[in-house]
Amino acid sequence: MNFKLIFNIAIHLLRARLKQSIVAAVGVTFGIAMFITLVSFMHGLNNLLDGLMLNRTPHVRLYNEIKPSKNQPISLVSEYKNNVNFVNSVKPKDRGKAIYNSKVIIHFLKQDARIIDVAPKITTPGFFNSGTIEISGVINGIDVSAEEKLFAISDYIIEGKIADLNQNNRIIIGKGLADKMLLAKGDIIKITTSKGNLASLKVVGITQIGIAEIDNTMSYTSLDTAQKLLGEPTNYITDIQLKLHDITLAPALAKEFSTKFDVDAIDYQTTNSQFETGSTVRSIISYAVGIVLLIVAGFGIYNILNMMIFEKMDSIAILKATGFSGNDVKWIFIFLSMIIGITGGLFGLLYGFVFTSIIDIIPFETAALPTITTYPIDYNIVYYIIGIVFAISTTFIAGLFPALKASKIDPVEIIRGK
Amino acid sequence: MSTKVLETKNLSKYFYDPIKFQVLKEINMSINHGEFVSIVGKSGCGKSTLLYLLSTMDTDYDGEIFLNDELVTGKSDKELAQLRNEKIGFVFQFHYLLNEYSVLKNVMLPGMKLGKFSNEEIEHNAMEHLRTLDMQDQALKMPNQLSGGQKQRVAIARALINNPIIIMGDEPTGNLDKKNSDMVFAIFQQLTLDLKQTLLIVTHDPDFANRTNRIITMQDGEIIKT
Repeated sequence: MNFKLIFNIAIHLLRARLKQSIVAAVGVTFGIAMFITLVSFMHGLNNLLDGLMLNRTPHVRLYNEIKPSKNQPISLVSEYKNNVNFVNSVKPKDRGKAIYNSKVIIHFLKQDARIIDVAPKITTPGFFNSGTIEISGVINGIDVSAEEKLFAISDYIIEGKIADLNQNNRIIIGKGLADKMLLAKGDIIKITTSKGNLASLKVVGITQIGIAEIDNTMSYTSLDTAQKLLGEPTNYITDIQLKLHDITLAPALAKEFSTKFDVDAIDYQTTNSQFETGSTVRSIISYAVGIVLLIVAGFGIYNILNMMIFEKMDSIAILKATGFSGNDVKWIFIFLSMIIGITGGLFGLLYGFVFTSIIDIIPFETAALPTITTYPIDYNIVYYIIGIVFAISTTFIAGLFPALKASKIDPVEIIRGK
Repeated sequence: MSTKVLETKNLSKYFYDPIKFQVLKEINMSINHGEFVSIVGKSGCGKSTLLYLLSTMDTDYDGEIFLNDELVTGKSDKELAQLRNEKIGFVFQFHYLLNEYSVLKNVMLPGMKLGKFSNEEIEHNAMEHLRTLDMQDQALKMPNQLSGGQKQRVAIARALINNPIIIMGDEPTGNLDKKNSDMVFAIFQQLTLDLKQTLLIVTHDPDFANRTNRIITMQDGEIIKT
């Protein structure tokens, strides 16, 4: 088959009906552009929200939970070992919040190739004193450089610098807390710990995550300062936070470390299961809308090709009379449709990129997300590939039926019919 | 070598709509190389139907058709298209040029489809044919800028482009005035004299038919005189 000639005929037919062809192509362009815009925007948003969670949540967290012992003393007695023992009124056991042998564990974890880094942390409740009023809150003692590396907390610090925490007796407090107590950077805050120790710390920064509940209670200080506040030695750590190279390994690793170090471990998936569901549903909706738009564009092409075949009956008849087979005629119309689809699709990709770029510079400022200044967009080549593949396949299918119809036209009927 | 270009054996054709009706009844005929044959008959006698069967465009018939001693009956759509392209030239009552292409391209198109020669050679041949038909000045015009007689000459040039073994015409002068009809006839006559071109023309113009080598007269689906 002489594809070059068939392509040439398709182009000529197209040019004869330029306006209609452009309308059909614009349909595809619009569909693809909207698809790209929608999906890029939706994924940008998903990534933003995922990031919000991922940034703040360790993939695996090791800690000690207060819970009843699994082995009650009676099970150690050999006499009753084979009996079924009922123990009433079991009380939970506090093993102490400190992770036993924490330094060794951290050292060991740092060697593990699956782990990006380890951030030790001390979490303790405390009271912030303002005159006679006590406001309860949480004090997080953090390893400043590790915490910054893993959780980018400086993104959420709206005043001051995270590095200032490294000096003794410094603290960064939540925005809600600062507003309530009328504190600003440079002020001194008095803190009472749960053990009754009293300390004065200097506020070097204010943090805002965007969740009021957290901003009203959160504060950060260095590990050293936290240990001093609690009167504990330098190996006192309540949490070990891990980030992994491959987040899907988190549940398995949590189990592994939990048995290996005899601590409690919780993974990212367990902590944020409802969050994942939201992301998936949003993706499905955006793909569904995009695909519907493309199908509508496909119907447009189908209609226009049908009309064109009706108008070009004479030409089809003469092509057949002069030696073009039904198959050749079919390919002429398929090419015609593909030309519309590919041109429309490529323009669609271009406009999709333009639209997303425009959305990308629209200001989007919200108190909840201090680091975000414009709407989030995820530029990903995959969406563009999906877009063009879908444009080509829809137009191919939309063109196929009219093309088959054209290939079956009986030239005798048309030539005699005049 | 046989000189029979076209031969039919017991060719019958039925129309089924609205009722079963035999249009052609056991037609046996043959056309020799270099003949200028016309088919005449009253409207509805089946002469056009016969031509379309012979042209291979209509394949729904009983009997056999031979083109150059080769059985045509039963070939696939693709093979028949190839056959029409290479061996048969058509001239219709209405000119059926492609309005999207220039005159020259219209003439070249069957040649390009055949693909035997390069585009330059086909263009050269097309110009030659147009020149013999005195149409070389119109080569780059679009078909809708031409008169009826001019269009018919372009159609003849297109029929000639692949040097077919037979040219078939369905009332090629039916839509033309006396002057143009005479001119088209003169062209046909020249083709038979100069190139030994075989021609088979359906017409209801007695003037035209009387001047051809041989007249086949049809009535009610049968050949009554050859």
